[in-house]
Amino acid sequence: MASENEIMTDISDDDYSDAFDPDEDMEAEFDDASSISDSGFSPIEPDSHSTGKDPKGKGKAVDSMLTLDNHPGASEKLKEEQKVAVAYVEEMLQLKSEQAAVLLRYFAWKKEKLVETYMDSPESTLAAAGIHENGAQPRLKRVRGFVCEVCYDEMAQETLALSCDHRFCKSCYAQYVTSKVVDEGESRRIQCMGSKCNVIVDEKTVELLVEEEVLERYRSLLNRTYVDDSTSLRWCPAPNCDYALKCHILPRQLDSIIPTVQCSCLHTFCFGCGDADHRPCCCPIVRRWLKKCADDSETSNWISANTKECTKCHSTIEKNGGCNHMTCKSCKWEFCWVCMGPWSEHGTAWYNCSRYEEKGGDAVNQDAQSKSRASLERYLHYYNRFANHEQSIKLEHELATRMEKKMEEMQEHSSLSWIEVQFLAKAVETLTKCRTVLKWTYAMAFYLAKNNHTAIFEDNQADLEQAVEGLSELLEKPLDEEKIAELRQQTTDKTVYVSKRCQILLDDTLRGYEEDRWHWAEAIKM
Amino acid sequence: MAASALPKRIIKETQRLIADSPPGISAVPHDDNLRYFDVLISGPEGSPFEGGLFKLELFLPEEYPMSPPKVRFLTKLYHPNIDKLGRICLDILKDKWSPALQIRTVLLSVQALLSAPNPDDPLANDVAAHWKENEQDAMRVSKEWTAKYAK
Ligand SMILES: [Zn+2]
Ligand SMILES: [Zn+2]
Ligand SMILES: [Zn+2]
Ligand SMILES: [Zn+2]
Ligand SMILES: [Zn+2]
Ligand SMILES: [Zn+2]
Repeated sequence: MASENEIMTDISDDDYSDAFDPDEDMEAEFDDASSISDSGFSPIEPDSHSTGKDPKGKGKAVDSMLTLDNHPGASEKLKEEQKVAVAYVEEMLQLKSEQAAVLLRYFAWKKEKLVETYMDSPESTLAAAGIHENGAQPRLKRVRGFVCEVCYDEMAQETLALSCDHRFCKSCYAQYVTSKVVDEGESRRIQCMGSKCNVIVDEKTVELLVEEEVLERYRSLLNRTYVDDSTSLRWCPAPNCDYALKCHILPRQLDSIIPTVQCSCLHTFCFGCGDADHRPCCCPIVRRWLKKCADDSETSNWISANTKECTKCHSTIEKNGGCNHMTCKSCKWEFCWVCMGPWSEHGTAWYNCSRYEEKGGDAVNQDAQSKSRASLERYLHYYNRFANHEQSIKLEHELATRMEKKMEEMQEHSSLSWIEVQFLAKAVETLTKCRTVLKWTYAMAFYLAKNNHTAIFEDNQADLEQAVEGLSELLEKPLDEEKIAELRQQTTDKTVYVSKRCQILLDDTLRGYEEDRWHWAEAIKM
Repeated sequence: MAASALPKRIIKETQRLIADSPPGISAVPHDDNLRYFDVLISGPEGSPFEGGLFKLELFLPEEYPMSPPKVRFLTKLYHPNIDKLGRICLDILKDKWSPALQIRTVLLSVQALLSAPNPDDPLANDVAAHWKENEQDAMRVSKEWTAKYAK
């Protein structure tokens, strides 16, 4: 452990405690995490498990993509892990396996903490976890003359009491457990039916009581709590994906690390918050930005409208592609959809469409009204660009579908192979990724306090903007069957270039987090 | 007819409530709906609700006793755990419900809540804030409301 990099030492301090075998696990994972995606954007494969390599030196764990041990993954594997932990505690503390399981669930599978606490005071630890000491495993029993306190049925046949000896009839207990599982989705916290009694109904007891269907649901809920309770595991949020991913990250690290992971199902998301990939924005900024957008949604609604007026001739112009280079149909004026400025000036050294220029100079003498107008304008500047990329992503997907159809037709009449028309899909995929990154750079820029470093950030942002628009424009050109090879070459070149620009931006921003280069205009709290 | 559809548990509880009601509490089922009770609770001694008689409604849902009864104050009162609609913030009416609890225990808990308001777990936020800032003044309002509404 001593030879590990900074991040490692940071993470292995004492408020971190993992499911089990944290030392062993961590080494393997952070080794993976420290690998670097060198091929532009694409995440690294999870199969690189070789140990002891640290090619790029310290700090690289914050690279654009952490790809971790994806394979605690499927539920079978998760069950196996739980079994191992239960067996460990059972052996270590000389408990029954059901008791070990209840204890582990109570301690959210932090077995070191469990063992320590138990050693200090076994009785109170068991009591707090809802285990009655020396309690025998509950069995169904017939008791002569028994009246169940819940149903007052004197004809009750079988009865059940947990180790606390609060006895009720089987049918009441079964109904109770069933409703806990089915209606409330409860599993590891189902308590004795007696009032104010916290003894836990364990898995073996549930088996005695409920129907097969309910039991299955109970078991799957119980299995899910293993992941839900663990700070280092998270379900992949993709619909219909039942993999869980493991990553060791502390909440307080989230303002400097963006733990981006990719599941075996290929979904890429932030381990910190579960949202889709939001690099280069860190989690606290994302949360704050999204809240602001929701709070101010009415003010900003008008912007996302798909029509605007030409600044020259005032005819209505509708945007139906992702590209921001607009040409008015009536007067042929070329302008930028985002800032409404002349397109001819975009990409020149003195014009920066993505940078917000503070107006009005003398801030001290501004009255409250113009101050609030300025702050709204500033917000709208960033929101406008944020929302516009989101919109463009949608439009470009529609465009790509149309183009693909056309290409398929072309394939039938020409010598083009399926492989040869794939450049288009690749281009759109890259566009989507880069627009997503760009989108988040605006949220980040909104909160950044201006300093020397932000100038570089803004330059990278502007360069990527330009590259993205270039590629987007190319895709919107009418398809000329004669020039398909040329288009393919151009598109492929531009795609590579865009990816490169994107990687440059990501590398720099993520390094900025490590080097503490980014300072926020407002204090950011988690 | 309605009575025959009623679970034995509810019948037993009702009989006992009528025959042997807890001090300061009465609960009487409607003739046409034996799951619906008119409840009266007298304000506990030493509380700002002393001297008041409070009306409540209590309903036993179909799932009772697996689910808790639904209880609501009909009389207005100034209390941090009871809101304008008379809804009550009480753990046993929510997550701490146990099927072994009964109407009787629920009403006793409600009565106890009148004696011991808990402004740290508020339902009526403004009242709770008042209670925390100036308990004396809040109790004065409670007394006023008791005199005005709980007759
Ligand atoms: Zn029963
Ligand atoms: Zn019990
Ligand atoms: Zn997945
Ligand atoms: Zn996040
Ligand atoms: Zn025009
Ligand atoms: Zn522009």
